[in-house]
Amino acid sequence: MLKAAGRDWHGRLSLGLLLAPALLWLGALIVLPHVELAVLSLRERIGPRLYAASLAQYETFFLEPLYWHVFVRTALMSVIATMLTLLLAFPIAWVIAKLSSGKASSLLFILCLIPFWVSETVRTLGWMILLRESGVLPALLVKLGVTRVPVELLYHDATILVGLVYTSLLFMVIPLISSLESLDNTLIEAAYDLGANGFAILRTIVIPHAAPGITAGCIVVFMLTLGNYLTPTLLGGKNSQWFTEQIYTQFITRFNWEEGAAFGFLLLGLSTAMVVCGLKITGQRFGDVMRRT
Amino acid sequence: MIPSLPRPRWLRAGTALYVGAFLTFLFLPLVVVGVFAFNDAPYPAPPWRGFTGDWFLGNAAAGRTGLFGDAELLGSLWTSCVVAIWVTLLSVSVGTTNAFLLERGRFPGKQALSVVMLAPLVIPGVILGISILAFASRVAEAADDLFGLELEFLRPGLPLVVLGQFSFIATIATLTISARLRRFDRTLEEAALNLGASRAAVFRTIILPYLRPALLGSAAIAFLMSFEDFNTTLMLVGADSPLTIMMYGRMREGATPVLNAVSLFLMVASAVVAMALVRRRKPAA
Repeated sequence: MLKAAGRDWHGRLSLGLLLAPALLWLGALIVLPHVELAVLSLRERIGPRLYAASLAQYETFFLEPLYWHVFVRTALMSVIATMLTLLLAFPIAWVIAKLSSGKASSLLFILCLIPFWVSETVRTLGWMILLRESGVLPALLVKLGVTRVPVELLYHDATILVGLVYTSLLFMVIPLISSLESLDNTLIEAAYDLGANGFAILRTIVIPHAAPGITAGCIVVFMLTLGNYLTPTLLGGKNSQWFTEQIYTQFITRFNWEEGAAFGFLLLGLSTAMVVCGLKITGQRFGDVMRRT
Repeated sequence: MIPSLPRPRWLRAGTALYVGAFLTFLFLPLVVVGVFAFNDAPYPAPPWRGFTGDWFLGNAAAGRTGLFGDAELLGSLWTSCVVAIWVTLLSVSVGTTNAFLLERGRFPGKQALSVVMLAPLVIPGVILGISILAFASRVAEAADDLFGLELEFLRPGLPLVVLGQFSFIATIATLTISARLRRFDRTLEEAALNLGASRAAVFRTIILPYLRPALLGSAAIAFLMSFEDFNTTLMLVGADSPLTIMMYGRMREGATPVLNAVSLFLMVASAVVAMALVRRRKPAA
């Protein structure tokens, strides 16, 4: 029952009216579709319009080296991309939160935000123009005399990583800034006065304090990277071998929904496991992390 | 370290260098996209062959199809707008009712419900897409088998794209609007009620104006997120492609600088929207 200032306005009717959209949204678009996906992944086609419960879809995944190879590769690349994003984002977050003040700080922050107002498609187009064989950077390398002929910079694993890090930066920078801003400068001054060097201050004061922000950023970046489709397929081309691409192939190209559903669940399982681990390690609650970002 | 501590010169120089490199990294792709929208060449690649407006204004007669002559591209731009408007309306409405439910409602299972509401943000977009696709087609088949109904909107197409995007954008709207409602001073509402205002009048004259910034803000975010969504849309799209899907298809084929033109157009449009939002906020602050 709603209990608030007045009495009559509330009651079961208004509670029902408020609950209806929420339940409809979560029920029809989140819960039931995932139940359907689970059912699909746990059945096998044994005849025209005839299905039996089985674990065959998951069995195929483990028996076919290509599938689990792509799965492991996607997971590892996502971990690397997350680490690189953290390394690249931490200094800029430090500059924004600690080194610059007032106008300069907010200007830098807005500059970091701007690229993310632009869609990922446009940003990826930019990278393709920069990196492809006939693109800007290979031409520049020839001009500088580094390479004799233009080299293809697209379609490498490193290219995929550059694209993924670029797309994820903002989601790392924002939680880092908010956790660094709350760090009291006098703590650092005290440590310095007591003779600690920069590395010791970073290890014993800054990182423990920023841990919640670091975790939040890493979780979000990992999730987004794992579920990304556009960047790996465009920048990696045929070599991308990204797991979301496998899901698309099974579901849309081959129309094998059972296998696609099983793949979907495996990806969801990995993503959820990483989130849960991240939260467990740092002892945070899910809701707090989501609100932070 | 921090400004109050001595920093050696090399560290200062290093920091400045790093910030410069970082900003270059951020803006280089965008600058390149913008510049090559005006290159007088059939592909967005160096060398620079002079300035042209063909990729905006050209038409089939000129031998080059510019953005404003490309019916397919303009059509997908319009499709994206229509989808985004629907998603915005749905997300802000449901976000508002959810905010009241979470901030004012008291019922068993509220904690659990608020956690479930966050779930769409941790489910990869591709999976949201396929699960909604599978469920919608199950419902459509059931309706066909049981009642002989042909529910066209449950087949891949724009209605499903709207629902798919709404499924996770609603969470963001809910978070934004709840956060604002939580800080609302309830005594204002009580005072108005004591003075004889009706519930509806209190809602219209006090709560709604208070929530306005959050409603506008979440509407802007919802529109932008819908416009830019790729993962969920890819799985649910039918014959009419929104812009991101259309661009993706053309980028795989290696397209002309008309894609740069539409990208630049989008950048300018979102910059204008962003400026308008900032300017709106200033007098209020």
